[in-house]
Formats: sequence, C-alpha cells, structure tokens
Amino acid sequence: MRKAITTDDLRHILARCVGIEEDGELEGEILDQTFEALGYDSLALMETAAVLQREFGVVIPDDELFNTDTPRALLDRANRAVANAG
Amino acid sequence: MTTAVVTGLGVVAPNGLGTEDFWKATLDGRDGIGQITRFDPAPYAAKRAGEVLDFDSSEHISVRLLPQTDISTRFALAAADWALVDAEVKPSAHIDYDMSVVTSNAFGGFEFTHRELRKLWSKGPEHVSVYESFAWFYAVNTGQISIRHGMRGPSKALVAEQAGGLDAIGHARRTIRQGVGLVVTGGVDSALDPWGWAAQLSGGRVSATAYQPFDVNASGYIPGEGGAILVVEELAAARRRGTGQVYGAITGYASTFDPAPGSSRPPALRRAIELALADAGLTPTQVDVVFADAAGDSALDLQEAEALSAVFGPSGVPVTAPKALTGRLYSGGGPLDVVAALLSIRDSVIPATANVDEVPADYRIDLVRGEPRYQTVSHALVLARGKWGFNAAIVISALGD
Repeated sequence: MRKAITTDDLRHILARCVGIEEDGELEGEILDQTFEALGYDSLALMETAAVLQREFGVVIPDDELFNTDTPRALLDRANRAVANAG
Repeated sequence: MTTAVVTGLGVVAPNGLGTEDFWKATLDGRDGIGQITRFDPAPYAAKRAGEVLDFDSSEHISVRLLPQTDISTRFALAAADWALVDAEVKPSAHIDYDMSVVTSNAFGGFEFTHRELRKLWSKGPEHVSVYESFAWFYAVNTGQISIRHGMRGPSKALVAEQAGGLDAIGHARRTIRQGVGLVVTGGVDSALDPWGWAAQLSGGRVSATAYQPFDVNASGYIPGEGGAILVVEELAAARRRGTGQVYGAITGYASTFDPAPGSSRPPALRRAIELALADAGLTPTQVDVVFADAAGDSALDLQEAEALSAVFGPSGVPVTAPKALTGRLYSGGGPLDVVAALLSIRDSVIPATANVDEVPADYRIDLVRGEPRYQTVSHALVLARGKWGFNAAIVISALGD
C-alpha cells in the first residue's frame, strides 16, 4: 500500500511550483478555501497535478482536476488514486 | 483630431534602473556594457553584452508570478508598474475596457524556455512546467500586464525585431484614436542565456569588441537587455484626470519594408522618415534631433546616413545614438530612445553618442559626440530598423500651448 499524500505534502508542492508569500501564507486552515480564493488559476492547478503525478504517481484526468475546487477536494481525489493503485 | 500624449515612463536599462537613473547615466556617458555574467561566455566568439545587473526579481515581482515568468516579462511588469506610478494612474479607477496594452517583443521568454527544454531532454516531458505554454510567447508581456492591471481594451503584440518597439507605440496612438482612453505600450527583451546568446550571434551582426555606431571602425553591435514601457493617453482625457505631467505628444509615425536583397529599388528607411514627418505635418527644418537606429555596421550606418542627408541635407540635423551605452535592446531599443527623446524635450539637451572616434566624411551627418548638446528640442525623430527589412520612424513633439 502506497503512502497517502498529506496536507503538508500538498502545501510544499503549492509552495514550490506556484509560489506562496513568505512563511505562513498557507499555514492556516487552507483546506476548505477555494483555489480561486487562494489565488490559484487553472494553470496553477495543472502544474500542481503534474507534480503529484511525478512524485506520487497519481494521475488525475483534466476534467476531474478542474472539478476539484479546494485543496481538500484535490487531496481526497489524489488519495483515492493512491489507494486504487494499491 | 485626438492627440496621443505620453504621461508615464518606466525604464529597465543596462545603464540605469528607473527613468532618472537611466537618463543621468545617458547624459554622463556611463555605459552598462561588460563581460557577460549570466553564464560563462568563454566558448562564444562574442562575450560582451548590456546586462541589467541590479534588478532583484523578488523585490519587484509577486511570488505568484515568479514561477511563471521569464526575466524579460519581469522587466516588462516592473517597467509597466513604474510607468503607471509615474503617470499617477490607478487602473482600478478606470473602466477596464478603456485601457489597452500594446507591446513589442522580439525574442519571447528565451531563458525560461531554455530551462524547460533542458528538463524535457534530461528528465522527461512530465517535468516541463505548464507555464512554458505562455512564458515563451511574444504576446506574454502584453498579456501579463493586461491581467495584472485589469486592462481589457483592445490589446496587441507586435514583432519586428528592433523596429517593433516603435511600431507598438505607433499602434498605441492608433488605439487612442480609436477611442481608448489609456494605452500601456513599449517593448522589453532579454535573451542572455546560452541558447539565446547563440541565437543572437547567429544573426551575424554582433561585435566581439565594441559597439561604435557611425565610426570608421564599426564592427557590429553589442546586444543588451531591457527596454521601456510608456503610458499613452488622449490629451483631453489626461487633462480631465488631472495628470501630473505630459512629457510630449506622439505626432507622427510610419513603417516601411525594404525591397528584397538584390533589388534595384532603394532601401525604405528614407520613405519611413518622409512619411512620419508628413504624418506629423512637419518640414525637415522643424526637426531638432534624430535618434538614429545606429546599426554599428558600416554598410547599414552609411545607408542610414544617406537617408538622413537626403531628407535633412548634409549635416542638416543633430543625430545621436544613446544606445551605444546600452547595446541594442531589440524591441526595447525604440521605446528607450523615445524615453530619451521625451527627456531631451523636457531638459533641453541632446545626449551624446559614446564610443565614436571618427565618423567617415562621406556620412555627412552631424553626430553629437563628446558632451551633451544643450539646446531647445521641440520635435525629435526616432528611427529603428529591424533585421530582415523592417523600418519604423516616430516623431515626438513638445506639447504646444
């Protein structure tokens, strides 16, 4: 069974590939904020998904990716893929 | 007829960050050219360039934009910010469809693309940034400025090598005439990574030694990076808004294209000059200074000198090329010369052309050399030529009463 992706993993990916303000911007309760409210557009989401695929081997089809509107939804979708991959 | 005026300037130049730094360096004859530091130029035939060394991206660009922008786009965004501040424009106070962006670009995001191509070949396609999709692209500066400031009026990107920056400003004036209240315009380029450098050297006109336009020893040009962004407004709208300053008006513009190599027809630079003067309603005697294209190649310098003496008479007008201090900036070159022309009008001074020891007698041009020349400037002609036949001419005028 592969390891689940944690909130911190996602935080680090967001920080690395789409940029975050200095310490703390994504530290608080980000899970249920929308990507839009966090300042991430569809390309930022694609970039994040590309890293998830590269580092965790999860593939999220574009149409499903664009239906995830919060970090929690993305994390849930990614972890379902991890579980299915067994 | 509407009058398009320049109300804000933003400069990123190898010899000065910000308008006044650049202008002081230009009048003092301080250059921004040196051995390339961005990468090791040892394997290349030419090793000198006009680099912008004091630009700290993290100081000027938001963290969200850093992963998606090439250095050239960072320059453009910073210059646009400065131009808007200079013009005292708050974009949020304007109607979004009443603001346009028209910029020129000759290279796109070379350094960014080089990095992504390296990832593609060394690690595989899944490692290429999704932002490569637009970071490379000629229209990226127009797009990023438009997004950042919410400017949704008709916008464009023009590509014509070194001539394109003047074409963009000419098109900005046309956009004002079509009824848009404010246009952010100009051009910025940078391609100082090994791949970009190889591309520039392949053009065949880069000097391995020095950029000495109109000199007997002219040996090509030194490339540079950077450029200028301007805020252009319709005069009455700018006055209604209560803008702090009007640097001058864009009174004439023309672009022409050279005949094919080997043609018996003459080069088209002279026609661009004549058309721009006619467009401005000026006779040659009314022009106080010409900011030359100054290719730094003896055949091209002679061609430009002949066009100037044909229109203005032998040594009939002061000619200068402050770009000898920055190198040629491609799409940034024309707009930076327009900034210099506007400041020449403001301060009644023509900057000198550096690096010139001797001008061939048959050029018959009055090249301003040594010290700046202090005199009133009411009308300035700015010229730019782009490789493969592009010519552009623009007339900048002091605002009458």
